[in-house]
Order: sequence, then structure tokens, then C-alpha cells
Amino acid sequence: MIKKAFTKEHFVKWVLIAFALSSLLFLFLIFIFILAEGLPLFHKIGLKNIIFGFKWAPTKGSFGIFPMIVSSFLVTFGALIIGAPLGLSCAIYLSEYSGKRLKLFLKPALELLAGIPSVVYGFLGVIYIVPLVRNYFGGAGFSLLATSVILGVMILPTVISISFDALMSVPKTYREGSFAMGATKWQTIYKVIIPSAKSGILASFILGMGRAIGETMAVIMVAGNALKIPTSILDPLRTLTSNIALELAYATGDHRLGLFSTGVVLLVIIMTLNYIANFAIKRRMLK
Amino acid sequence: MPKLMGTVLLLLMVLPLSFGACSPNGIQSKKHTVTVAGSTSVMPFTEKLAEHFMVDHPDFVVDVQGGGSTAGIQACLNNTVNIGMSSRQLKGEEKILNQIILCYDGISFVVNPKNPIRALSLKDIRDIFSGKIKNWSELGWIDRRIDAVTREEGSGTRGSFEELVMKGEEIDDGIMVQDSNGSVKEVVATDPYAIGYISLGLVDAKVKAVTIDGVGPSIDAIKLGEYKIVRPFLYVTHGELDDSGQKFVNFVLSEAGQNVLKKEGLIGAYD
Repeated sequence: MIKKAFTKEHFVKWVLIAFALSSLLFLFLIFIFILAEGLPLFHKIGLKNIIFGFKWAPTKGSFGIFPMIVSSFLVTFGALIIGAPLGLSCAIYLSEYSGKRLKLFLKPALELLAGIPSVVYGFLGVIYIVPLVRNYFGGAGFSLLATSVILGVMILPTVISISFDALMSVPKTYREGSFAMGATKWQTIYKVIIPSAKSGILASFILGMGRAIGETMAVIMVAGNALKIPTSILDPLRTLTSNIALELAYATGDHRLGLFSTGVVLLVIIMTLNYIANFAIKRRMLK
Repeated sequence: MPKLMGTVLLLLMVLPLSFGACSPNGIQSKKHTVTVAGSTSVMPFTEKLAEHFMVDHPDFVVDVQGGGSTAGIQACLNNTVNIGMSSRQLKGEEKILNQIILCYDGISFVVNPKNPIRALSLKDIRDIFSGKIKNWSELGWIDRRIDAVTREEGSGTRGSFEELVMKGEEIDDGIMVQDSNGSVKEVVATDPYAIGYISLGLVDAKVKAVTIDGVGPSIDAIKLGEYKIVRPFLYVTHGELDDSGQKFVNFVLSEAGQNVLKKEGLIGAYD
């Protein structure tokens, strides 16, 4: 009996190891696949002509994605301008002010926000935000502004949950010490707690950026997808992700490779962001 | 009970493996198969035709897939499909393929119903999409930017539009891009200042089709040759078709097949 149980335990262990490693394998395969498809065009057209090229006309031999790189960063910072203050205030409220009961209710509700499919955000954007922008600010409504608003809401769960964890991990003694010195609650929060949770909060912003820059469906629906670098917040724009999703259905040959090259650039940007975020989180843990 | 749970959990873990091992061609039949792939504009009509064809010929299977005109043509060149669908003319080395015109489709230019403009010239359209005309006031309406919408690069509808309307001029980078007839129509239906182009068969009360050089897009005007922005829907084949493929094409070109297409708002191949 004992032996049987032992072998079963072992079996389970090995199966679990195999599955755990398979996720790593998938990551590796995706990496190899995207690079294998995307790199040949860099070789053929030239890195500079792709990354700093202004003209995207893949069926006519121009593969410049510079406007899309700029647009991707623009919507990402737009999302941060809206999402970061909202998310941080929410996290501060949750960790410092709200009672236990309210916290138990609010936190899962906010996490539910993360579970809403992006196409639903996009749909709401097309139905409400885009006409709002068109009617009150002008332009077509499909714009940097509308996209930033939608993405700002979409990154809230990421920003809130990670900065909440960072704020909660500030030792209680810091707060008590601050109160003992005669500081008010708000003084304690912005002079003691936020500075000590700084790197975690920063990490939440960076991961929020990663979420925003990678979002596709909602962006396609509200961004208008024009190829130009927007000159005002009311101009339409096209991000790296939407470029891939928009054109993949019809693309063949070099056009298809061009989309994979877009993917390579996106992969590099997102990996850099994640690396920076991890670095920020680790530094906090070391402290 | 816990033991049962453990077994179920194990099964759940191993299940995906067994799926992977299972061949996707589990249900092989002796039916004759015709594979058709390509333009997403032609696809819905080919599906309709295939349904009718399979009712009459129960021993045939017509497998219809999308992918876009260019992908369909490429697949046909590589012999991966029997028939490729295209909503644009063949160009360059694609011309070695045989082409069969199954019907014609008009491209109509649509604006929001609130827009008072009813008539534009082909040159106006070209100037709007090349970015020379940017404001509705230049066309005799209010002082408001024109929100023009085009289709994405590679689309058959865009290909025909570039060929029939732009005539070598480039579409401006500031023009919005949507990835289907449906999304273009949705933008035009909700934005009073928008203009876009969609398949004639899809025009309804949500949008308003403008006349081009005095001629409104209609099946009659196209038949008379007055409305010029018309593209063929093509089936392309690489070399000789096999018997089952030929049978399907024969059905499409027969009166029964053509009537199916006409009922969908298209213009028959012989009209």
C-alpha cells in the first residue's frame, strides 16, 4: 500500500513538472516563431527603414512603422495620465482608509474589472466615448483621446492591485512611528507610506503600461487606425498591435513578414517594460 | 471521495495530451470535396451557393474558407485549394491563373443620412481620399473636417477602390482605416461627417449612398454601364479544374446559381 501511494505521488509530481515546464516551452516557441518570421525582413529592408521609416505601404514595399511606435507610446502615456492617478488614489483609499468590510467588497469588484473582455470595452468606447469626443471636442471621435480613456480604465485593475500590495507591505511600525511624531493621516500617507512603497507603485504603472501597449481589440475599435502620427489628441492613430490584427487576414508574402516584424518590435518593447517592472519590484524586496 | 477527486484531477491533466494525439481527420468520408478560399467579400455568397449546391448534390462537400483575396489567389497558385476567390482583378504573375467571373458588385460611396450632400464627382472622391479636400465646406456644406474611412491594406475592396477611383494616387495617411465593410458602415452610420465605401449589396437606411458624376449606384445603372465603379467577383483556378470543382463552377454559372447571387443584390455574370 505504501509503495503504491509513493509511485502515485511520484507520478503526479512528474506530470506537474512536465506541465509547469510546458508553459516555459510555449514561451520559448512563441519567441522563436516570431523571431524566425519577423527577422528576415529586417535583414532585407534594413532595421533603420523599418523602425524609423514613416511610410507603411506593405504591398508597395514600404514597411516603416515609426508612426505606430510613436502612437503606441502616445496611447500608453495617455492611459497612464488617466489610469495612474485614479488607480493610485483607489489603492490608497483601500489600504489606508477603508474598513475591512468595504475592502472585502471593493477589491473583488475591482478585480472583476480585469475580467471584462476587451471587446466589451471597445464596444462601450464606440457607442459612448467616441460620440462624446466627437460632439464635445470635435474631430471624428476615433482618436488618441478616446483610446486613452478606454485604456486608462482597462489598466485600473493592474495599477490598483499592485500598488495596493505595495502600500500594504509598508510595515505598520512606519505608520505608528509617524503618528507618534504627531503627523496627521494624510501627512503620514504622502510623507511616509507612499515614499516607502514608491518602487512597488512604479512597478504597477509600468505593468499598466505593458497592459496598455499590448491591448489590441479595444484599440482597433476606437483608435480610427489612421497611419499618420497624430498631431492633436483628437486625431486618429494606429498602434503596433492594431496594425498586426487589422491586416493579418489579408497579408501574404512580405506584407505578412512585415506584420511579424511589427510583432518583434512589440515583443522587445513589452519585454523591456516587464524587465524594468521586475527590477523595480525586486529592488523593493531587497530593501 | 478524495481519491475520486484525485483521479478526476489526474484525468483532467492528461486529457489535453490525448486530444493532441487524436488526428483532426477523424471523420473521413468518401465524399468529393471542393475547397474554396479567399476574399471575405465573396465568401458569404460562395457559402450560400455551396449550401444550394450540396442540397442538389449530397455526395459533394464544398469547403469554403476566408482569408482575403490575396491569400486565396496565393493558395490557388500553390495548389492548396481547388478554387480561389478574389474581389479584385488579378495582377502581375497572378495572371497565369484562369479566372471565372461569377458576378459583379458595385462599390458605393456612403455618407451619414444627416449629410445633405447627395452628389459628388469621382474627382471629389479621389481628392477626399488623397487628402486634398479635407473640409466639407469645400464641397458646399458646413465648415467641418471630413472623416473619411478606408479599408486596410490588402483588402480586395480597397484594391478595387485604388484601381477604379484613386488611379495611381495614394490614399492619405491621415485617413481612418477599418477592417471590414461592416465597420466602415458602422462608422458612417454613427458619424455625421464621415464618408466611406462599401459593397452595394450592404447599403441600407443606416447610410446614404451618394451619386457619382450624376449616377446613383443601383443594379440597373450598373447593368446599363452608367455606374462605373464596379468590380468583378472572381473564382480563380490553377490549370484544369477536377470534375467535382468543375461541377460546382457549372452550378454557379447556371441559372439557378446566378439567381442565388441576384437575390443577394449582386449583378449576374451575364447581365
